[in-house]
Amino acid sequence: MAKFTPHTDEQIKEMLEVIGAGSVDELFKDIPEDLKAKEFNLPAGMTENEALKTMKNLAGMNKKYYVSFLGGGFYDHYIPAVVDSVSSKPEFFTAYTPYQPEASQGTLQAIFEYQTMTAKLTGLDVANASLYDGGTALYEAVVMAVRSTRRTKIVVDEGVNPLFRRMLKAHIKNLDIQRVNIKTAGIKPDKEKMLDEIDENTAAVIAANPNFFGHIDDYSGVFEKASEKGAVSILNFYPISLGVLKTPGEMGADIAVGEGQSLGLPLSFGGPYLGIMTASKKYARKLPGRIAGETTDSEGKRAYVLTLQAREQHIKREKATSNICSNQALCALRAAVYMSLLGRQGFRDTAIINMERAGKLREGFKRINGMKVMSGVFFNEFAVEVKGGSKAFVNKMLAKGFVAGMPAGLFYIDKEDVLVVNATEKRTDNEINGFLAAAREVMR
Amino acid sequence: MEIKEGYFYTKEHEWVKIEGDTAKIGITDYAQHKLGDITFVEPPENGKEISAGSAVTGVESVKAASDIYSPISGKVSGFNEALENEPGLINESPYDSGWILEVKIKDESEKEKLLTAEAYREYTEGLE
Amino acid sequence: MKNIFEISVKGRKGFDPGEADENILEKIDKSLLRKGELVLPEISEFDAVRHYMRLGRRNFSVDENFYPLGSCTMKYNPRVNETAASISGFASMHPLMSYIDEASVQGALEVIYNLSFLLCEITGMKKITTQPYAGAHGELAGIMLMAAYHRKKGNNKKHIIVPESAHGTNPASAAAAGYDVVSVPVDESGDMDIEAFRAVIGPETAGVMMTVPSTLGVFEKNVSGIAELARENDALMYYDGANLNAIMGRVKPGEIGFDIIHMNLHKTFAAPHGGGGPGSGVVGVSEKLSGFIPVPEVIKTPGGMYGLNFNVKDSIGMLASFFGNFGVLLKAYTYILMLGKEGLVDATEKAVLNANYIMKKLKPYYDLPYDRLCMHECVFSAKKQAAKGVRALDIAKALIERGIHPPTVYFPLVVEEAMMIEPTETESKEEIDIFIEAMEEIARLAENEPERIKNAPAGMPITRPDETKAARELKLTCL
Repeated sequence: MAKFTPHTDEQIKEMLEVIGAGSVDELFKDIPEDLKAKEFNLPAGMTENEALKTMKNLAGMNKKYYVSFLGGGFYDHYIPAVVDSVSSKPEFFTAYTPYQPEASQGTLQAIFEYQTMTAKLTGLDVANASLYDGGTALYEAVVMAVRSTRRTKIVVDEGVNPLFRRMLKAHIKNLDIQRVNIKTAGIKPDKEKMLDEIDENTAAVIAANPNFFGHIDDYSGVFEKASEKGAVSILNFYPISLGVLKTPGEMGADIAVGEGQSLGLPLSFGGPYLGIMTASKKYARKLPGRIAGETTDSEGKRAYVLTLQAREQHIKREKATSNICSNQALCALRAAVYMSLLGRQGFRDTAIINMERAGKLREGFKRINGMKVMSGVFFNEFAVEVKGGSKAFVNKMLAKGFVAGMPAGLFYIDKEDVLVVNATEKRTDNEINGFLAAAREVMR
Repeated sequence: MEIKEGYFYTKEHEWVKIEGDTAKIGITDYAQHKLGDITFVEPPENGKEISAGSAVTGVESVKAASDIYSPISGKVSGFNEALENEPGLINESPYDSGWILEVKIKDESEKEKLLTAEAYREYTEGLE
Repeated sequence: MKNIFEISVKGRKGFDPGEADENILEKIDKSLLRKGELVLPEISEFDAVRHYMRLGRRNFSVDENFYPLGSCTMKYNPRVNETAASISGFASMHPLMSYIDEASVQGALEVIYNLSFLLCEITGMKKITTQPYAGAHGELAGIMLMAAYHRKKGNNKKHIIVPESAHGTNPASAAAAGYDVVSVPVDESGDMDIEAFRAVIGPETAGVMMTVPSTLGVFEKNVSGIAELARENDALMYYDGANLNAIMGRVKPGEIGFDIIHMNLHKTFAAPHGGGGPGSGVVGVSEKLSGFIPVPEVIKTPGGMYGLNFNVKDSIGMLASFFGNFGVLLKAYTYILMLGKEGLVDATEKAVLNANYIMKKLKPYYDLPYDRLCMHECVFSAKKQAAKGVRALDIAKALIERGIHPPTVYFPLVVEEAMMIEPTETESKEEIDIFIEAMEEIARLAENEPERIKNAPAGMPITRPDETKAARELKLTCL
């Protein structure tokens, strides 16, 4: 059994003597007898070797497919080795929230640089130090909008990731917020309907680019009307795509939120991921969560601190902008390392390669019987109509060792035929060709 | 600690200066000392109807946040916009250039319930 | 130290992702493309490695420094946990595979199922959801569960009762789920003021949030009475598990009247804190709330297969995209497997032993507002020192100068000049004695040469920063 307490019997005795207690049990005497647990049925401990073997066996029970074209908001991007190397430095991962700036300049500066990079990436002014994930970031943005407009209606495009929309629904259930969902027209946003719904009661309008089907659009007109009516524009973005796509800032969004998993985080069965939030300047004091700011020390040297803490729960309690305390700091660090390592050119090139890979795959799909690539503009993910249903196709492809994509019918009842397919920079010509060949066979 | 004559006060450490049908409201020298350097004042919702004792806006300092309760019922009619860029005015001049908001008074009799400078001085001395 | 944009050199490239053909962008309408240049650093891979190496050296961490941050349980993070979480069979799994092919994710689901089972035994609860991403998210989940329960029963509930000594996340979470917050003071022994509690609890009380042991480090003696009053009013009892490290194997919250608990796996179960996260705020519920937990629920079928159940009748819905911070679950599971029953009991015992030892040793030097046995942490006041002009913050800075991370200061709010010390069980007597000596020395300096403390810390990357300037002249980005 592994154990991490260093006390020797001799020391325990010494310490008890100092305390003036006869036994360790005596230290628990404030716990009333009738509250004490009758039994504690846990298995005996293991050695490190045994525990790791158990974990490896469990991991081995997960099936690994030959190659995957599954995205759906969570992507298999290459993670440069440096990202793992930096995030496994104990100076970062065994520290906690940088409450004491003199002892935490490393974490604080890293957060500050992360804020800069995410703000620049999205074309907005300010960012926070991270939220839990893309879905909770969306929820926090909605709460921000509702508070700052003092209105209660939100207009949500159904092209926003359905998982995030479900999370939003659950999180705002007990609040006075009315949600109006705007059905997509096929796989594209119905911008006319969105415009119609934006009125004097609207707190926020929410769209995603690219949307869940991979379609890229321009929401400038929608956001312009929102601004005229005093509503807040929220755009859910996919970080890698912003290497080339129009930014939330350029479209006139007030708040941008996104799932940061694609920036150097492993898929890891759903987490830990990263909620990115950036905003225009006027929302700086309304942001939820931690924020690093630059200042000077008593000798005039540059220093970083957690700033605007008076917004936060440990000071403002029930009136805080959010209840968040622990965030996803180490994930934000990974994202910062990823972005700085790829840099100006590498990040753009990565986006272009993603587009090219998915484009190649899309061309191949056009020549397969019973497959119809849907009309739209795409980044690295696109939608195909599959004769006979997308779920059946995916199942047949699984048997051939391929994960063929996301059957949209799992989330949209009217889209049983639609398959959403993704290719990242990791997919090689061989993999794509092999996949297309298998698909042709299945559809024959 | 300064307490200005001619103003009214509350136990929440706010002051009220009555000017015709308008009440000018701020926080006292005692309050600004307790809060420390003020870093932000939330602009109140203009035109909002408020009742005496209800929170109308809030101020933030580095390590604290405090609600501003309206000492008097009425309608919010003004905000000291200079505070948006210089919240420190509250620390430098809590009774003059650091005023926070104005309220159109609904019921003049409410001022009877406020503390005089004398009564407020006694109250704060009791706190020490 | 320069920021990452200042070490950037125009035209320098770091990571090369491969050949990129710009022409492909011509296929897309220009109105859909970014106009502004992408502003990111231009550095080499080696520049990046050096930069982050240097940043790391400007941090205190558990691995290098004693870190008795109260309420945060900064225990040693066993390295094998990291190894387990990075096994490729877990780390490379796409979570949507759970929707597409359950058979392919059996190992991962088994981890979630087994971990939930063990946590039920540790807490005495009936069901677990691993979805909440952190403690505060678990609290929000808990309040949402309360709301769903009361809605179903047609109860008209308006407020949540929170003791004054609670973590700020408690009232913030209650408010985020739409409830008013009623706060109750603590009495002179550090327990909830039972008379004040009696005065506010009523038919409109949705729930009572308690931290046990409380943030004052003491075990709430009235807990049964409080739970009974709550039950009479159909109010639910919430256990803030931030301090679970103090009671493992001794008390099961589910057996003493609590309906909901959140656990911080990054505290009690040794997952690292990551410079602020990721954590995991797994939530456990009693029988009466079992039907309200988030979906999908991970279940074991009669055939022995693991699967997802979306049909939880009164579910509060989805709180996470998938199963919460799965990587953190792996670390906590590995830890529990290794320690087992005896190890967890031992961890609690040594945590409480260490805290009481510190309390006793420092009592002659610092004011102890609640002088009784403590659990896993003790709370001192720097009142005596403050009289000489040395505040808790100054003591914190003096500790930093001595290579020790300070305790939590100015919390709990009910203690003036509070210093909340949580050594955890993994610190040896030798390390603790060094801390005690430092605290004694600081107390002596405060008495005789306070000036030597007020300018601390020296020798760190920065001296004390100007926080007023930071909040007034907001500078939140490098450029």
